[in-house]
Amino acid sequence: MSELLSPGTPAPDFSLPVTPDQKLSLHELRGKPVILAFYPADWSPVCGDQMALYNEILPEFQKHEAELLGISVDGVWCHTAFAKDRNLHFPLLADFEPKGAVARAYGAYFDQAGITERALFVIDKDGVIRWSYLSPLAVNPGADGILEALEALKK
Amino acid sequence: MATLKIPISDQDHIQGNVKAACTLVEYGDYECPNCGAAYPLVKQIQQHFGPRIQFVFRNFPMTRMHPNAQTAAEVAEFAAIKGQFWKMHDLLYENQHQLGEALYAKLAATLKFDTAELQKALAEKTFSSRVSADFSGGVRSGVNGTPTFYINSQRYDAPMDYDSMVGAIETALAS
Repeated sequence: MSELLSPGTPAPDFSLPVTPDQKLSLHELRGKPVILAFYPADWSPVCGDQMALYNEILPEFQKHEAELLGISVDGVWCHTAFAKDRNLHFPLLADFEPKGAVARAYGAYFDQAGITERALFVIDKDGVIRWSYLSPLAVNPGADGILEALEALKK
Repeated sequence: MATLKIPISDQDHIQGNVKAACTLVEYGDYECPNCGAAYPLVKQIQQHFGPRIQFVFRNFPMTRMHPNAQTAAEVAEFAAIKGQFWKMHDLLYENQHQLGEALYAKLAATLKFDTAELQKALAEKTFSSRVSADFSGGVRSGVNGTPTFYINSQRYDAPMDYDSMVGAIETALAS
């Protein structure tokens, strides 16, 4: 299993494609909490799909003014098709070239399989990691840990 | 390990023996095909354990994926105040491929409900807060898709087949 960056660590900045002609940088979101959800691949089975679940839970994340970003090594066109098919209302970032570079920076790359781990990070408004969690690849972690971490930011 | 954060209460829809040593909770969506597949599985499990378990169903409609899920859940909640939750729950799963107004009217007639009263409750969203409360509680408890099961408050992450689930419940009963 990977060694994730731990709470207290400044979140490594990145700039990744979010649409075929647009990039998104982490520092642009400074001032708001950010949820980074690394996941292995687009197109996993529908009902148990982590991104579909988070899409449903977006209003709960928005209560904390948090921005959710999904990240995998899938390419931007793949993400576009996936987001359209699943009606996703948050950005999916393509950690595609150099492959998995951002995941590696966060300690969330699964080398043997060439995919990102199922790893979650909550970053505070100042860009510091406040919570991280590595889930077994086959287990969708749900959102309870994220919500608890967002609540803890207010304390 | 995710755990059930909302305790079982008299607000819940409970089937079986409320004093049983094992509680199986399902967070489900009436339009979700995996929940449809789990429906007969739960029946088999209930039949196998009889009074040794209680079964609780809570709503977790994945509305962006399943446009009929929210209304179907409200229809079941309407039936609940008439004391017919489980009959409606079963009928909705047994007719999962026909979810929609025509089906709800037909099922309401089958259960001898006033269909106008049902339509009014749906139009006024009378039961939407109940369904949302179930959903939020599920999120807190780490529901990670539909269906998500909990056996004595521990999220069940193993395969959803008869042998695996019966085994997990046996283990819970033995501990």
